[in-house]
Amino acid sequence: MTESLTQLLTRAKVLSDDIDFTAVRDWKQRTGGKAVGHMPIYVPRELIHAAGMLPVGIVGGGDKLEIIRGDAFFQSYICRIPRSTIELALSHRLDLLDGMLFPSICDVIRNLSGMWSMLFPDRYVRYVDVPQNFESDVGGAYWSHELRMLLRDFGRLSDREVTDDDLRNSIAVYNENRAAIRALYRARSARPWVYPLSEIYLILRAGNVLPPEEHTAMVRDYLELAPLDASRRDQDRSRVVLVGMFCEQPPHGLVVTLERAGCWVVDDDLLLGLRWLLHDVPLAGDPIENLVDGFLTQSVSTASKYAPDGNRAQWLLDSVRRNHAEGVVFCAPSFCDPALLEQPMLVKALDAHRVPHTEFKYSEDTGQFAVIREQAGTFSDSIRLWS
Amino acid sequence: MVATQKEPSMLLQKQLIASHYDRLAEGRQKVVYTFVPGNLNELVRSFDLLPVLPEINALQSGMRKLSGEYIAEAEKQGHSEDVCTYVKCDIGMLKKGNLGPTGKPLPKPDLLLLSYTGCFTFMKWFELLRSEYGDVPVAMLHVPYQSNGRIEPHQREYVVEQLRNEVIPKLERVSGKRFDIHRLREMLALSARAEDDLVWVLESAKNTPSPIDAYFGGVYYIGPIFSAFRGTPEAVDYYRLLREEVAARLAAGEGPITPEGPLRREKYRLVVEGPPNWTSFREFWRMFYDEDAVVVASTYTKVGGLYDGGFRHDPRRPLETLADYCLGCYTNLSLPARVDLLERYIRDYNADGLLINSVKSCNSFSVGQLLMLRQLEERTGVPGAFIESDLVDPRYFSAANIKNRLESYLQMLDQRRGAAA
Repeated sequence: MTESLTQLLTRAKVLSDDIDFTAVRDWKQRTGGKAVGHMPIYVPRELIHAAGMLPVGIVGGGDKLEIIRGDAFFQSYICRIPRSTIELALSHRLDLLDGMLFPSICDVIRNLSGMWSMLFPDRYVRYVDVPQNFESDVGGAYWSHELRMLLRDFGRLSDREVTDDDLRNSIAVYNENRAAIRALYRARSARPWVYPLSEIYLILRAGNVLPPEEHTAMVRDYLELAPLDASRRDQDRSRVVLVGMFCEQPPHGLVVTLERAGCWVVDDDLLLGLRWLLHDVPLAGDPIENLVDGFLTQSVSTASKYAPDGNRAQWLLDSVRRNHAEGVVFCAPSFCDPALLEQPMLVKALDAHRVPHTEFKYSEDTGQFAVIREQAGTFSDSIRLWS
Repeated sequence: MVATQKEPSMLLQKQLIASHYDRLAEGRQKVVYTFVPGNLNELVRSFDLLPVLPEINALQSGMRKLSGEYIAEAEKQGHSEDVCTYVKCDIGMLKKGNLGPTGKPLPKPDLLLLSYTGCFTFMKWFELLRSEYGDVPVAMLHVPYQSNGRIEPHQREYVVEQLRNEVIPKLERVSGKRFDIHRLREMLALSARAEDDLVWVLESAKNTPSPIDAYFGGVYYIGPIFSAFRGTPEAVDYYRLLREEVAARLAAGEGPITPEGPLRREKYRLVVEGPPNWTSFREFWRMFYDEDAVVVASTYTKVGGLYDGGFRHDPRRPLETLADYCLGCYTNLSLPARVDLLERYIRDYNADGLLINSVKSCNSFSVGQLLMLRQLEERTGVPGAFIESDLVDPRYFSAANIKNRLESYLQMLDQRRGAAA
């Protein structure tokens, strides 16, 4: 591995692992700006950025945080991300956030928004209830109103008037960021041995805490540097799509394990909010309406979003086809309602199209990978031998 | 086992529900599957369509000791052990012939009316049903969450626009009838009358002794209005009869009727948060009866409509009132609003304690309950207790554990009383 690539990945790993959010603290000190945290999956980060604030993706404490107080707030059958997020907050690691957004993923994150407002009554908290109706004059009108309210709130929080041009500028910044990530995903799909998921995951996670301009530069640098490592060669592995990791994120070791078990991951739903909008948002015209239209007509399909055509499996079949995948690995967090509820539907569709699949669960602090390695390895072997 | 004392209202309810399932089994009317919270019963029935409520089927399966088998069937088909057991019970029931609570087969849906109100799982549930039934139309009604503790005008407008553009056109298509707003208004007026009487019945528990049990008895009282009968003359008659019975018990200074007989002595007055367990419902109730504990207010009896804050269906603004109804259902309230409501119940109903029954299946209810408990203890000084069970999965009802915890809790209330005296 070249020195530059090593340095870049080391930086990404430090940013990814840092549950003290040093980069955010530094940014605030450097700029005097405010920071607004958000849970997965989607929030309109452009609005935060346009108000001169830093959007900070909060994805729990992963395997870096011991839960001491967080467990006292949740029953044993609740997933881990809310308890580690509460732990982060109660250990004052999130004191640097001037606001917190909770998108509509599931009932757990929804109720967490209420818990937040009860625990931290002096902080700005908002539940971001995205529309599940995708007609422009119905769901669009509602979402437009929600976005304008959010923008008004952010203006107050940052004590500045946010103009349409500010917002257009931020849309352009995030268009660049998403374009870079899309390019990375295309490149990975073509040559997964050059851009392994174990590295992409770190690069994406760095985007939770970096300003988008810096993150875009990091993604572009990685795209350039990774092919320069001559040791990267194709190996006899199976091409798989990874599904179910859109909210609670897996430990890095799990991703490494999948690759070591013989899988080239050619598509995934990790950190999906970073690439929620599939195409560039136009800069001309009303920027709010452009964001609304992007959400309604040009956004990803995922478990927490209603599929009006009734075909939730089609996006997965499309991904399998588009990425020339040979199998699907369902890898969902324990107790994740959205991912686990729809899994039988997706399995049914894959079976109908004779796409091999396997499934297992994890939590963000899973530390034992032997069983996963065996299962993924057997799955990969079976594809290569018999598919 | 003691023979259950049946009051005329109970017999009437039984008759109403049986007649509904008979009509479903006859197959002469088209059928809309929908959910209890945010159900649009008046609208559905104004098109002469009949509702089927999968949650009701699931809880009935639980009470009839069939849910364990249904859940096992669903899990065999690949449904995770981690997810909602109502969903798995429903899927399992479907796989095993879709026999309804009266033992007769349920008809297939002609429309899935997905009222996404206060529960994310509803969305996935109907996606699964659509996948099972094939080419069934779905009308999606997204009811936004009352995160600010109030209904915002644009939220109401959003729901109304969905009713106009999504729900009503699909009801028209399925039924072959035009939307009749006059008929809807008539039904909404009937709803309001029944709601008045229901609220009177629930609030009768403010008296000491309470003439009702507002949780175990309450789930029967909400039966007709939360299911197929809101907006019908039958519901008006039922709630009038129920009110008269409760008024008579109140005048006589009598306690609630339970399956073990009338409660003779009211020793503890409790508020309960969370749904009941259905697989051991009678056993669960008996634990309270044995201890002379009566539930004077509960939140579960507000999941299909929160009326004791003053809301009534208003025939003058038919679509807006349906929107307000959906937006106001209990699980669509923010956690701080739920805490406010429970605090009001504890004070207004002069409760000795607060019990939370946290059910594994329902994150909408359960997430945040431990914090709610702490806040309510701080605000009211009334001690709380926390038990865990499930809706319809018999594997998650441990009678011994729950009984021990309940008894210990009530003993603690006794000690506090002794200390206070």
